[in-house]
Amino acid sequence: MMGKELAGGLSISDRPNSYIGKTVPRPNLDRLLQGRGTYVSDIELPRMAHVVFLRSPHAHAKILTVDASAARQMPGVTAVVDGKELAEVITPWVGVLSHMKGLKSAPQHAIAIDRVCWQGEAVAAIVATSRALAEDAAEAVVVTYEELDPVTDMRTALDSLTPVIHPSLGDNLAFERAHHAGDVDQAFAKSDEVVDVEFIFGRHTGVTLEPRAVVADWNGAEARLTIYQGTQAPHMVQNIAALHLGINEQQVRVICKDVGGSFGIKVHVYADEMATYALSKLLRRPIKFVADRVESFNTDIHARDHRCKARVGIMRDGTITAFEIDDLTGIGPYSMYPRTSAIEANQVVNLVGGPYTTKNYRARARVVFQNKNVMCQYRAVGHPIACAVTEGLVDLAAARIGMDPIEIRRRNLIADDAYPCGSPTGLKFEKLSHHVSVAKLVEMMGYADLRAEQAALRKKNIHRGIGIASFIEVTNPSAAFYGVGGARISSQDGVAVRLDGQGAVICQTSITEQGQGSEAITAQIVATVLGVSLERVRVILGDTDHTPYGGGTWASRGAGIGGEAALQAAKALRQNILEVAGTILQSTPAELDIANDAVVNAGDRVPRLELKELARIVYFRPDTLPPGIQPELMATRHYVPREFPFAFTNGVQASWLEVDVETGFIKLLKHWVVEDCGTIINPLLVDEQIRGGVVQGLGAALFEKCIYDERGQLTNANMADYLVPMSGEMPDIDIAHVVSPTLESELGAKGAGEAGTAGAAAAVINAVNDALRPFGTIITEIPLTPEIILRALGRI
Amino acid sequence: MTVPVAIALEVNGERVDAHVLPRLNLADFLREHLQLTGTHVGCEHGVCGACTVRMNGEIVRACLVLAVQASAKCVQTIEGLSDSGEIADLQAAFRERNALQCGYCTPAMLMAAQDLLGRQPEPSREEIREHLSGNYCRCTGYQAIVDAVEATARARKARPS
Repeated sequence: MMGKELAGGLSISDRPNSYIGKTVPRPNLDRLLQGRGTYVSDIELPRMAHVVFLRSPHAHAKILTVDASAARQMPGVTAVVDGKELAEVITPWVGVLSHMKGLKSAPQHAIAIDRVCWQGEAVAAIVATSRALAEDAAEAVVVTYEELDPVTDMRTALDSLTPVIHPSLGDNLAFERAHHAGDVDQAFAKSDEVVDVEFIFGRHTGVTLEPRAVVADWNGAEARLTIYQGTQAPHMVQNIAALHLGINEQQVRVICKDVGGSFGIKVHVYADEMATYALSKLLRRPIKFVADRVESFNTDIHARDHRCKARVGIMRDGTITAFEIDDLTGIGPYSMYPRTSAIEANQVVNLVGGPYTTKNYRARARVVFQNKNVMCQYRAVGHPIACAVTEGLVDLAAARIGMDPIEIRRRNLIADDAYPCGSPTGLKFEKLSHHVSVAKLVEMMGYADLRAEQAALRKKNIHRGIGIASFIEVTNPSAAFYGVGGARISSQDGVAVRLDGQGAVICQTSITEQGQGSEAITAQIVATVLGVSLERVRVILGDTDHTPYGGGTWASRGAGIGGEAALQAAKALRQNILEVAGTILQSTPAELDIANDAVVNAGDRVPRLELKELARIVYFRPDTLPPGIQPELMATRHYVPREFPFAFTNGVQASWLEVDVETGFIKLLKHWVVEDCGTIINPLLVDEQIRGGVVQGLGAALFEKCIYDERGQLTNANMADYLVPMSGEMPDIDIAHVVSPTLESELGAKGAGEAGTAGAAAAVINAVNDALRPFGTIITEIPLTPEIILRALGRI
Repeated sequence: MTVPVAIALEVNGERVDAHVLPRLNLADFLREHLQLTGTHVGCEHGVCGACTVRMNGEIVRACLVLAVQASAKCVQTIEGLSDSGEIADLQAAFRERNALQCGYCTPAMLMAAQDLLGRQPEPSREEIREHLSGNYCRCTGYQAIVDAVEATARARKARPS
């Protein structure tokens, strides 16, 4: 898989102790299995107080008065702080990036001042000795409001009669992007058929099982803030906290221990988290904020909520002639900070039609403000929209001309030997494998047999469907994502590897762990490259004081970027070890290798010196080394992709399901994924990332929707009314791989974290339409609730 | 404001005496008063299952039980089941199969799985899915968990009793 050789003549994947490509259990799982993890919600510090935020019941209102006098007298209450008081400690922010041309937003405060813009925005912080006492006191804070008209419907947000949420911005348009490639009008004019539909995607959210939580500990004596937070990007949080508290980054330490789920929910900086940092500084003591579930629904970023008008042109021979989309999304009252809320729509423009050969593509995306909770990047950002639109159009086009869904893809997917190549939106594809992936899927799922089964069951009035969805996924993002737009979000990662006094290996990495297996794959890479046993490698992450500087784990970047940094650091340490060994053994590095925790002869593999003995000499008897020899048993390397702004991956998914046309219920029977993420470091972990991602996509397809009423009230902000996938409804998911490593890095790994989510909903929508084909109805809206199914069937 | 009430119960085999407010739920009592933080809080309204513990042999959602209701009862948490070795094989199966990612649902998932295996030594995959359907996991997609429980059931059956 990896052709490049190390000294010793063997590539790193065939050396002894080669763990790359092998399934090994993650280290430290026992801690979590025994309930001995440390999540932020578990942390208690001396003198720690708890903050509860009083939140607006209105979607849009002027704050007239905040009277906390009674609350301040309640038992256990330390302080009640409103927006104006807190603004003296922390400055407001504006969530824009300079490369998202035209993107605008208004200043957002940690706690609202004068006006609230969504139901759930904090209007006061109540700090007490326990969360329960703070909640009691919150009930005694009296806030008077003057309700304002809320902007809730994205379709009318830009109308002249609709109020402008932020008058200083002039209108409710946050961002707009148009793109035109080829000659779309001519392509549609020449097409045999044109399919024209509107896709509707529900607003949903991440529902991490551990809510967002932060403990902020300002130590006035050290003038230093320690933030314990389950964040995916510790250095980003360090930068943002310092910037808005008016202190240096050096004065902020971010510690990230165990994280109870993230999925993009915990890659942002939220107003209540900023308020918690500021309260700690203001009150000079540790402050803990743990969102409850209602707060999570009202304040964790929401995602999707797109309405996308879309067209595809098709010739009778199956040639797709053009794609066109007009996408609209509503993002709440502010563009989220610091990653902005324009990225998802921008991704939709970038990705629609991406797997296919046609060069004719026209797109418009508009992002509008609303008085609803903020929206931002959630797992697979934009991909589920783009994939469902593209694959929905392809299936509808195939149905229009009477072609099989597999056949239309064979005729239009970019050929496997056409790389490198580009997309109509300028994306660069290094190496994708659409056709071999589809062929593998067809074989794995037994496509022909399923079609026969489907036909046989239809005669018995059982309606099953097959849905196919090819996809591309953006992974390993370079500075093109955020850095070029002025955000201090690092696209590079660093790894430091050192040999300790007993010959074991300590590895510090800037990527983070939220359960993906960052520690495991880092250890596998380092052990492999060094030639040591896996048990000897200990990985440290999630602490800005103790790791190199880097981006963290998000956007399917941990393995591809952090993994390559680990590989290069281990190579450097290996060379340093061999140089010392050469001196000790009166040999040369070229004649030596490391295997099974010992320096060996490169030729006959005879062990010469155990690493623990080498470490003993270096650390405790350096006097026995020749003069002028200063061993360096620690090496640090950083890595960022430069040649390709993103390492695109690809794959294809299939869904097999049954629609009960009497009740509208959908039963998922089976799901298949073929995925190409390049070099696979740990097959089990990759498969489990994909399975988990698929199920998140299935949740969006069938269940998940934040339901707002016309006044901007979220009506289902609890887990009884907002449905998530549970084990009883989910199918088994079969996974296979094609391996096309990126040649930009030595490791060759691309990302896999979002592939499952990217295509799952698209496959389900296509399967439902396939199942309902005899009824002559088409559904292009998710979640596919029984109500939507029955309406489409004309039963209600 | 109501006054604290004296309670006495057994937690993981140890006698515990405490004074608690009547409104305190068992999950918060275990976490905040006994520092047994392996019992997790996810939704606080009885849906997500993250706070599942065993009380007098039956699994319950600790967020829906008041601490005062646990008085004179025998409560077992993940810490107790781990230390006794009762679920060591199940935990090993979870580890081998990577049936956990973030781990936040895991202690409760193990509680629910062990409860099933105690009632039904040879559960089908559908029965496993059904029994665990009150425990939310956002990371895994459940298949690995079902596999691990199924593997444990098979191994226990093969083991001489």
